[in-house]
Amino acid sequence: MSERPMLEIKHLKKYFHTPAGELHAVDDVTLSIERGHTLGVVGESGCGKTTLGRTVLRLTEPTSGEIIFNGENILDYKKDKMKHLRKQMQLIFQDPYASLDPRLSVAEIIKEPMLVNKMYSRKEADERARELMDTVGLARRFVNAYPHELDGGRRQRIGVARALATDPEFIVCDEPVSALDVSIQAQILNLMMDLQEERKLAYMFITHDMSVVRHISDEIAVMYLGQCVELAEKEELFNNPRHPYTKALLAAIPVIDITARDREPELLKGEVSSPVNPVNYCRFYTRCRYACEKCREHEYELKQVSENHYSACVLEQTGEIGNE
Amino acid sequence: MNENIEYKARSQFVSVLYRLKKNRLAMLGLAVLLIMAAVALCAGFIADYDKDVIGQDTANRLQGPSAEHWFGTDQFGRDVFARIVYGARISLTMSIIAMLIAVAIGAIIGAIAGFYGGFRDNILMRIMDILLAIPPMLMSISIVAALGQSMVNLLIALSIAYIPVFARVIRSSILSIKDQEFIEAAKCCGSSDRHIIFKHIIPNAIGPIIVQATLAMGSTILIIASLSFMGLGVQPPESEWGTMLYEGRDYLRQAPYLVLFPGTAITLAVISLNLLGDGLRDALDPRLKN
Amino acid sequence: MNDTVLKINDLHAEYRTDEGTSSVINGINLSLEKGETLGLVGETGAGKTTTALSVMRLMPKKTGFITGGTIEFEEEGNLLEKSEAEMRAIRGHRISMIFQDPMTSLNPVIRVGDQIKESFKIHFPDLTGDEMDKKVDDMLEMVGIPASRKNEYPHQFSGGMKQRVVIAMALSCEPELLIADEPTTALDVTIQAQVLHMMRELKRNLGTSMILITHDLGIVSQNCEKVAVMYAGTILESGTAEEIFGQTQHHPYTTGLFGSIPDMNKPTDRLSPIDGLMPDPLNLPEGCVFNPRCPHCMDICRTEAPKNKILDGSHMICCHLFDDRNPNKEEAENE
Repeated sequence: MSERPMLEIKHLKKYFHTPAGELHAVDDVTLSIERGHTLGVVGESGCGKTTLGRTVLRLTEPTSGEIIFNGENILDYKKDKMKHLRKQMQLIFQDPYASLDPRLSVAEIIKEPMLVNKMYSRKEADERARELMDTVGLARRFVNAYPHELDGGRRQRIGVARALATDPEFIVCDEPVSALDVSIQAQILNLMMDLQEERKLAYMFITHDMSVVRHISDEIAVMYLGQCVELAEKEELFNNPRHPYTKALLAAIPVIDITARDREPELLKGEVSSPVNPVNYCRFYTRCRYACEKCREHEYELKQVSENHYSACVLEQTGEIGNE
Repeated sequence: MNENIEYKARSQFVSVLYRLKKNRLAMLGLAVLLIMAAVALCAGFIADYDKDVIGQDTANRLQGPSAEHWFGTDQFGRDVFARIVYGARISLTMSIIAMLIAVAIGAIIGAIAGFYGGFRDNILMRIMDILLAIPPMLMSISIVAALGQSMVNLLIALSIAYIPVFARVIRSSILSIKDQEFIEAAKCCGSSDRHIIFKHIIPNAIGPIIVQATLAMGSTILIIASLSFMGLGVQPPESEWGTMLYEGRDYLRQAPYLVLFPGTAITLAVISLNLLGDGLRDALDPRLKN
Repeated sequence: MNDTVLKINDLHAEYRTDEGTSSVINGINLSLEKGETLGLVGETGAGKTTTALSVMRLMPKKTGFITGGTIEFEEEGNLLEKSEAEMRAIRGHRISMIFQDPMTSLNPVIRVGDQIKESFKIHFPDLTGDEMDKKVDDMLEMVGIPASRKNEYPHQFSGGMKQRVVIAMALSCEPELLIADEPTTALDVTIQAQVLHMMRELKRNLGTSMILITHDLGIVSQNCEKVAVMYAGTILESGTAEEIFGQTQHHPYTTGLFGSIPDMNKPTDRLSPIDGLMPDPLNLPEGCVFNPRCPHCMDICRTEAPKNKILDGSHMICCHLFDDRNPNKEEAENE
């Protein structure tokens, strides 16, 4: 039972230097993902969710923190060992147009990770590329097609096939369906869930779409300005959100229910403030309707508020706006 | 459609060739260049170097085109056709080699500067700026003058003159390519920087370079000609298209064919190069495939 | 209440390119009453934007052609017969359009106040400078931007703020009809909620009619009185919001759209998407445009285009399943 999770992220920070000051893209994020599970990461643009995904894969070097994958801190890895590890951790991109090299054919794109890592001979890689195309539901007649000849849904299938090429255990999915039409989006989501079941994959599913994240995730982390403000099992999060931001986020989604139309929406005032040199108390303070003096006295800390439910809201932690 | 057909993956080279074949103009350009190259290679069988190319025969000077001398003879009675055939050796090989060197070195410099950025970019590009500030012509003259007059030095001069042009072109296209997601995707699966530069970045940046190179090749042919005229390039009595053009201009009235034929040869070579260049650019870009 | 603002009759439009002719609109009928919002729903390539551009007469000149039908606007009559000069007087003044991307619809080198003023200068040249300034201030305040920010440039505004500026520009001449093409797609959900809320308020106060183009059924259900579901240039189903979201009888495509969206209110194990892809507009299928992807496809669907069938009230479905001749009609209706 108490087996260690496959991936643990501890106090991960990524700051960028900008002329205006330190940009806190990811600030003290602690998360974990178990084998075969999906962690949904939701938040609005600029909340650092994409940077988090890239940093976990060490595509950008974190400022500080630990990333423990199968019990080892991968930040200690040297170049060679890291290259070896890349096979186990893959990424699926948001934009199926920009993430595929326009000069390479479908087969070449899918083969590339296998050849780069010298996992197979050219011939075997050819064969495996075709198998992978079957796996992701791409007709074999597209082997010589180029990405620009295919539509978004098919391109995203190529992206999935490429990510699977090295038999990874863990995939970061950065908004993999947000560029797609709803009917195609559902096809890709189904595909990803089937693959997860078959291959015991762990996903870190980054998205801004609350309905998609609810559908695919086991646990959900809500991010705001670089920090994880709430973390819980998905049903718990949706039924009983314990951070004012999560509540506002859930209230803002237009639901397909005409009986709800005359209900006055609970609007969040203002806009996301800048992640450059942020305040050291709650970053949601300026937009929060519960904001009070107490909020400014405490530094950020994600605390357990009920079983397997964590919130960064001070008022929630002390039970002041707990169960209304 | 039979779904069981074995769909074989085609290699990139084959598909480029396949697309190039469909472009008639490019194939025409390629054909002309191949014929010129073949003629230059077989020059020894077509004309006798000592007799026709450098051997003077003042009795037969300035004769118009005839069955014996297809393109006529020049002021020293040398056969113009034979001189053009031998001249192709110098003009074509010199400009092609100079371009290849310039593109290769320029691409590497541009790729390093563009891909890594930072201080490497600064140092390399400032050096390129200095080189770029000097016109290619002037640059070639000074280099040949400094190193001494020889074919090799001429080549070096031409290459150096064009390196910054290519370095600039490739750097700017790399800057726009390196931030694209497919580069990140390649990094993500463990590709080395070298693999990324050569497999992803350069193929995507090659289009403008090929066009630039074919255009520049035309002007190298002309630079070689001008240098030769100033006594810094090819030395008389060696034949070279540009030299012939310059020598012929004194006889423009009496014997216009002295200028016409080498001029046509230069034009034909430059146009063919441009057609081929255009075709290659399109063939290398699968997005333009029809 | 029979105040029809816009009536589109059997509109056909196509794009002619080197590759061939793609029919993007194949005979659509729409009507919009005063003060109503019509939601035009569909996926990429359904012809939603082309419909909007046809009304504005802004189809690309060399490639886009309106090949049939009429678009009647208030007392102006058929917009398709108007001259370019007459259209210019209508555009921006009586019909306005908001585009999806607020970043590209604003000129980056002109102050936002001046951009709003632009349309006053065109449509109300008699106003004095002070009057215009006053109106600009009013417009900005109306969309929730302090008037003091009118001297700032677009890059100084956030995405949501820019879209507010764009809306202010579109509403500046108090148009009778506002066409909003995916106005909130580029925005975050919390900002989207703010902008949509503001648009609802403005519409209520100004009595503007609106065509809201979107792919998000949630937005439609919260904001529109009427809904039309578009697919491959055809309206497959239309009706009031109550009819579309409240009733059980639907076109198979609409059912597919609903099945593709994860339900926010209860957990779902698996989505039931629509198989296949959008048809190629260069080569639309024979018969019903949806037949290659339709789970209920019958022989007749492959040969004959279905007719619009009014079920009850204004609920229209364009499908053979609901045709009187269909022997399994009862079955289809009870599904």
